[in-house]
Amino acid sequence: MIMNRRHFIAAAGAAATLFPIAGRASDTIRLGSVLDTSGIFDAYGKPMDMALGLAVNEINAAGGLNGKEVEVVSYDTQSDMALYSQYAQQLVRNDDVDVVHGGILSASREAIRQTLRKAGILYFYNVLYEGGVCDRNIFINGVTPAQQVEALVPFAMGRSGKKVHVLAADYNYGQITAKWIQKYVADNGGETVAVDFFPLEVSEFGSTIARIQSIDPDLVIAPLVGGAHLSFFRQWAAAGMNERIPLASTSLGVGNEHRVLTADEGNGIMVAYHYSQELDTPANNDFKARWAQAYGDTSAIHEIAVSNYQGVLTWAAAVRRAGSTNRDDVIAALEEGLSIEGPGGTVTIDPQTHHAKLDVHLMILENQGMTVIETLPQRPPVDTQAVCDLGANPDDNTQYEIRI
Amino acid sequence: MMAAAAVPIALLLPYVIDTYTLTVLAIYAMLALSLGLVWGYGGILCFGQAAFFGLGAYGYAVGAINIGESTIAMVVAVAASAAFAAILGAMMFYGRLGDVYLAIITLVVTLILYRFMSSTAGDAYVIGKARLGGFNGIPGFPTLHVPGDPSAYIWGDALYYLCAAILVLVLILVKLLLSSGFGRIAVGIRENETRMSLLGYDVRARKTLLFTIGAAVAALAGALFANWGEIVTPRLFGLTQSAEIIIWCIVGGFGTRLGPVLGAASMGYLKFLLGQQSLIDNTLVMGLILILVVLFLPRGLVPALAGLWDAAWQRVPARRVQRRRRDLV
Amino acid sequence: MDLIAVMAVEFLYAVASLVLISAGLAVVFGMMRVINLAHGEFMILGGYVTITAVNLGVNVFIAMVIIAPLAVALIGVVVERLVIRHLYGRLVDTMLATWGLSLFFIGLVTVIFGNTTTGISTPIPGFAIGDYRINGYSFFIILVAVLLLAAMAVILRTTRFGLIARGTMARPDIAAALGHETERIYMATFAVGSALSGLAGAVLAPLVGLVPGSGAAYIAKAFITVIAGGPQLLAGLMSSATFFGVVNQLFTFTISPVIGEVALLVAAVILLRMLPRGITGRFFRERSS
Repeated sequence: MIMNRRHFIAAAGAAATLFPIAGRASDTIRLGSVLDTSGIFDAYGKPMDMALGLAVNEINAAGGLNGKEVEVVSYDTQSDMALYSQYAQQLVRNDDVDVVHGGILSASREAIRQTLRKAGILYFYNVLYEGGVCDRNIFINGVTPAQQVEALVPFAMGRSGKKVHVLAADYNYGQITAKWIQKYVADNGGETVAVDFFPLEVSEFGSTIARIQSIDPDLVIAPLVGGAHLSFFRQWAAAGMNERIPLASTSLGVGNEHRVLTADEGNGIMVAYHYSQELDTPANNDFKARWAQAYGDTSAIHEIAVSNYQGVLTWAAAVRRAGSTNRDDVIAALEEGLSIEGPGGTVTIDPQTHHAKLDVHLMILENQGMTVIETLPQRPPVDTQAVCDLGANPDDNTQYEIRI
Repeated sequence: MMAAAAVPIALLLPYVIDTYTLTVLAIYAMLALSLGLVWGYGGILCFGQAAFFGLGAYGYAVGAINIGESTIAMVVAVAASAAFAAILGAMMFYGRLGDVYLAIITLVVTLILYRFMSSTAGDAYVIGKARLGGFNGIPGFPTLHVPGDPSAYIWGDALYYLCAAILVLVLILVKLLLSSGFGRIAVGIRENETRMSLLGYDVRARKTLLFTIGAAVAALAGALFANWGEIVTPRLFGLTQSAEIIIWCIVGGFGTRLGPVLGAASMGYLKFLLGQQSLIDNTLVMGLILILVVLFLPRGLVPALAGLWDAAWQRVPARRVQRRRRDLV
Repeated sequence: MDLIAVMAVEFLYAVASLVLISAGLAVVFGMMRVINLAHGEFMILGGYVTITAVNLGVNVFIAMVIIAPLAVALIGVVVERLVIRHLYGRLVDTMLATWGLSLFFIGLVTVIFGNTTTGISTPIPGFAIGDYRINGYSFFIILVAVLLLAAMAVILRTTRFGLIARGTMARPDIAAALGHETERIYMATFAVGSALSGLAGAVLAPLVGLVPGSGAAYIAKAFITVIAGGPQLLAGLMSSATFFGVVNQLFTFTISPVIGEVALLVAAVILLRMLPRGITGRFFRERSS
């Protein structure tokens, strides 16, 4: 019984110290961050959180924004969609933040987007995703399928042949990306011979590999996602297929998955992203050096960590240009087509869609790195542009399904 | 008596915790109560209460999009889930499935719904005007409004008071149900199914009915959850969601009415608080807490608190039914 | 013709991997009535031990077949002593405790190994059947599963330990009255179950990308296989793994992987509805246990 009581008192004490402390110093700018830094999506969330910390520390070390220090209010959503809604409310009502960066899965973005829109707090979603969000309150700087696939498909077909087999993750990103792949395969004079979808938990690909061989395509494009799907690349190599049919992917490497594959397993897989650690530019080398100084080891850096870093830089540049943190002033500054130089290259805001024009690098996996073959500068988000014009309809508030 | 105490508590809590968080805690409490009824009083090992929660949420979202009106959508959500539960329950109970087998079937049904909903990203999956939306779920459906006035939305504080009122109402209904003949026979079936059936009670029909009532309460919680979150996703059907409901009940104390309610509210709030720290991995902390609860509070929170209360007031333990959870299975 | 041979191997492989995934749970649940919700995490611990050992320069087969099961068995003993032994006979409490353990291990693995995907490559090269290339490692998995079933049969049926263990599970009071220490037998059984989970995680590790949360994908499948098998440990394991493996592969190959997964689950519901005591509860005479 005594044990029980002690346990209780200890728990009560812990709860009291964890209690949120309200109140703010008026001379700081508050940046809210909601990311999954534990739970099943933390492989994406933790490096994003590190990148955000690095960006804010650098801003503060350089004297802050407009003379004010930037203070981060961050929450760990523990890979639980219900917590996104709760923390968004917390940020809006109690923390009184000036901007929110965060969200990883599309479902998590949709869980907080309306809350922030209603509250009039600017929102940055810094992740590559399926495209189509049209909302004046949000800025998105990740690549969309068209930006990536339009470049990747002719590149991959040029190195293989015209018969393409698509293996996609069975959720929204995979479904939409598969459609874009089919469109660009046709546009480039090829033929999509089969499209297969896989639930995210599937990790057995033996019979699929047999099926692919019975269809015998020239090229396999695989927008597969997550740890379970990584098994495909491993089992593909284990069957010796990597020497027979070339492989391309729109998602392998976003969470640094290519570092888990051995050199033999990964070599030759074709990808297209905005960022690669092997990008040999002064901006990226400098970024990696600063990251190493802050965290010791650069191995955690990945595509969306860099996107999150660039998202903060973009917002900071807009606050400087606007001279205030007022939402409408900052949006106006961003809509001037604001442009920053990040580790992945130039990021330019597209005023029509609030998405970004990005440099896309065509790459081939080589010795657990991504070797850049060609850089396509400033690709516009043509898929979202086709459905969204915030200049003409500033009150738009939908995620469009892009019809092809 | 408990319901009478619940009203002032529900009115005072907003001064301590944000109503937005309180709303979801009340919804979780209702969900846990539904399992507490089915498992704690009916002895039905249901691993898939999340199925009815999810169906309620999806039912509401699909109904609201198609009808454009929230009251009928609520009714549709609850009725659809209850009908589903009645069919599933009849199939299981008339098939005389053993306890563990029943647990597996309910779990599997939940997983089937999860898999199915996750794979509806394609544009072929439409119910009326509503796209099921796959892994990303359905956002942007009309939320609750005052019946007859589609522009008077019930949200924020009002939604909290509505949810709290419904929770109190459900608590009262559960109390009435349990003290009725039906409830006493249900407990009898939990204690000794063979004896009750030999006494001439139709065990299978009663179990099916209790299972359906539990599902209807879970669906009501689900529909309210959809209104609170303004998005429904397949994760409502997930393994984690199913397990969490059971955990809430065990932490709070099975076989009590207040146990699941307090268990759900306290675990839900703990999770919310934990997310504000980043020193230690939260999954690890949550795991440790659960293990410690099992080892040091073997009967759950509510019976332990009741024991403390009695000890503090030097009371002779009343004729309180202090069942160890081992007796329940 | 070649395709048929390839598919035959894939079917066998699917059955073998289900046997491996379920064996540890079958021992712990089937013999001790403990629902181990941390089963998936015991498996990934086996995987992480293997990866660590291989990175330290240990031969991959030694790491998988010897080091990983031993290490996980050791963890199993610690868990049994600290937590599980307090909870025998309390089915619901063991569920909560093992769910807690599962979260605890996920957190622990995240803290130690980080949250990014890890893995090792398959140690056996692929080879050709006619025009088709096939993963040579599949044969290793099938071999391990066959040896495992044989070893379990021999130990349970012919050794003194097997006899005492079965006796203790059936009537602990009488086993104790006969002078056997039931506490130690439970501990040993839990250790064996953990070792089997560790072995499964270890031999499957080269085929998958491991993340701390990977265990969740296994627990439901393992649970369904064990329960559908029914009261007889070995016959149940083999028959239900065969049934589900074949159903899953058939639908995966002919229709799509999504349908394959759903078909497995639907088959489980139908099977349990028709055979409410599991496969072996109907077709095999139930023995004394």
